[in-house]
Amino acid sequence: MTTYFNEMFDAGQVRDPYARLQDWMQSMPADRRLEKQAEAEELFRRIGITFAVYGEGGDPDRLIPFDMFPRVFTAQEWAKLDRGIKQRARALNAFLVDVYGRGEIVRAGRIPGNLVYQNAAYEISVSGFVPPKGVYSHIVGIDIVRTGPTDFYVLEDNCRTPSGVSYMLESREMMMRMFPDLFRENRIQPVDRYPDLLRRTFASVAPAKCDREPTVVILTPGHFNSAYYEHSFLADLMGVELVEGQDLFVDGAFVYMRTTQGPKRVDVIYRRIDDAFIDPLCFRPDSMLGVPGLMDVYRSGGVTICSAPGAGVADDKAVYTYVPEMIRFYLGEEPILENVPTWKCAEADDHKYVDENMADLVVKEVHGSGGYGMLVGPKSTKAEVEEFRARVRANPSNYIAQPTLALSTTPTFVAEGVAPRHVDLRPYCLVGERIELVPGGMTRVALKDGSLVVNSSQGGGVKDTWVLAE
Amino acid sequence: MLSRTADNLYWIARYMERAETVARLLEVGARIALLPSAKGYRSDWDSLLRASGNASGYAQKYGEPDQKSIEDYLFFDRDNPNSVANCITSARENGRIVRTALTTQVWDALNTAFQELRRIETARKRQELSQLTDWVMKQTAMVRGAIDATLLRDAGYNFLNIGYYLERGDSTARLMDVKYYVLLPRADFVGSGLDNDQWMMLLRALGSHRAFRWAYGGDLTASKIAHFLILNPQCPRALITCVAGMANHLGRLAKLYDTETPAQAAVRALLAELEGQSTEKIFDEGLHEFLTRFVRQAAGLGAVIHDSYLSGDMAL
Repeated sequence: MTTYFNEMFDAGQVRDPYARLQDWMQSMPADRRLEKQAEAEELFRRIGITFAVYGEGGDPDRLIPFDMFPRVFTAQEWAKLDRGIKQRARALNAFLVDVYGRGEIVRAGRIPGNLVYQNAAYEISVSGFVPPKGVYSHIVGIDIVRTGPTDFYVLEDNCRTPSGVSYMLESREMMMRMFPDLFRENRIQPVDRYPDLLRRTFASVAPAKCDREPTVVILTPGHFNSAYYEHSFLADLMGVELVEGQDLFVDGAFVYMRTTQGPKRVDVIYRRIDDAFIDPLCFRPDSMLGVPGLMDVYRSGGVTICSAPGAGVADDKAVYTYVPEMIRFYLGEEPILENVPTWKCAEADDHKYVDENMADLVVKEVHGSGGYGMLVGPKSTKAEVEEFRARVRANPSNYIAQPTLALSTTPTFVAEGVAPRHVDLRPYCLVGERIELVPGGMTRVALKDGSLVVNSSQGGGVKDTWVLAE
Repeated sequence: MLSRTADNLYWIARYMERAETVARLLEVGARIALLPSAKGYRSDWDSLLRASGNASGYAQKYGEPDQKSIEDYLFFDRDNPNSVANCITSARENGRIVRTALTTQVWDALNTAFQELRRIETARKRQELSQLTDWVMKQTAMVRGAIDATLLRDAGYNFLNIGYYLERGDSTARLMDVKYYVLLPRADFVGSGLDNDQWMMLLRALGSHRAFRWAYGGDLTASKIAHFLILNPQCPRALITCVAGMANHLGRLAKLYDTETPAQAAVRALLAELEGQSTEKIFDEGLHEFLTRFVRQAAGLGAVIHDSYLSGDMAL
């Protein structure tokens, strides 16, 4: 039987960061808890923080379950995470500049060339191009799991357009509204600088041709997208326009948006649509979401696209295994945060091991996301394991495997009261002229008893994440 | 402001106003059904359908007009693009798209209307029609009130109001035209006094029957009613009030943007024409002819506004 690290109760003792939550927890009998939970849900719905799910019938506006029990880190714990996350974000960007340039890391034999250059996410159309300030990934969302008091592992990197930051901000807002006393008693570092830092990050990477205060926009696929709320929320907090592809057009060397006062030039585009859709002339010709000619303007330095097209090659699950190498190669440092040990099924020895031990491992598709296309060995039936085994054998290089991690738990409100549930963490590191990280992130919690899958599509919820002041 | 955002705001207003118009029509229809003599009123239901702009859609689906089907069609039917349910849903969806251009209160009002509509739609027991129409009036008033009380007086506020006034002017003209054209085909009936019931119904449909009594003493005459609904700036639904409202908000836009577009010239021309009108001139021209011309002019103004601000196709 695996034992899981409980972030609040360690060997029967309440750990320091949670000391002041003990009384609060006991002050929440079932009826008060349900009342508060209903209040939170009502607030979320009224503000409109929902995940829009169309085409499945039922309520198109679903709420992500919100758990009121906060997850807490001490300042010391966070200091290590902060250094480790920033280190990783730097290395990932250095890697991207390198592989779209001279490819030194491949030449040095530290990462196989085919893994990079034959990767589906490698964008040949931007090779040789260096984006402003040498930044490809402006928002790096790094998924971190914990297995012990000082044991943190990086599960995966998200270098393109990691979502969920609105939950970090709204969960905090919700908690401050509902439990102001908690914030008086605990010294919790604020996260509300994030939108301003995000705007400054974008402004700092404006193209060289921009000779005035840069105009920043967020490009959304539209209001049917499940993350539309987040797009409009961030646009509002930053005070920038939220545009769709049809609102932008290219004329000569620049991109313009259609406004009630005529065309207005746009300098920085924070796009929340995939590479394949941003420019039908360069990528998928059937895309209705993008802007024809955008890539030409981009490559001639008329506009900055965040994240830069091609950034996805750094967050591929197979490339992930080489991030510690990147840190050593580009920064000359040892990784502060460790990777989860990973077997690459592309390699015969690794595949053999995975094949033999599949029932004990987590097996993932290299390009999968959202908790789909994966097998959690110990939680699966024999038939499911066999079916997955066949899939991996058919195309080994499409899979990696990792040990089943003993994900830490935090106390969570459930029907019976309070019970431990597994959590992970996604902080959002901002990379522009400077590198910034607000103390917090999105904590996802697997609400089903015993479940290790925290994705919202698989029954996960969110919590407020606290970092205490020194 | 993005042209698309302005367009969404404009349509929030138009859909909410349209929902209110349809609810008023239903209210009037239900009232007629309560009158002691029910015979001869079939044409009233028919005229209500015409005023709502959906007579052919109804006929295709249900055939002959009957009260229950008409209520369903005008209030709930998702196949009817102008049903109350569709108008409120569309207004709310337009609001969701431009959520950040609205205050929490405005969004709350739109969203509450939508959430309650869903409850009404799925409730097992159908509410009384009067409860439904009261509910619509309340929701549209809440949205309108939240806009007036909380919204920044920026460009978006002007686009919302332009949408309200354009929709309202259009619906007043159509309502009048339906009563005139369908029920009084022979011009010598106008002003004869025989049509009092019909005119009363028209005033009621515009929520103006009491206001009219205050504004004009003595007998009900077609001339007074036409004056009230077309030329009296005190009447909130009069054509001249709606055009003046558009002129005001287009004027504010021109000032805000420090530049005029063809829209300002167009609205000034229309307003000047109405100000130069009298009921005598209108009856000389023919009420139906006048109203048809107004509906066309209003649509033309809408097109100029679209080209000047909402289309996003302005030159670089």
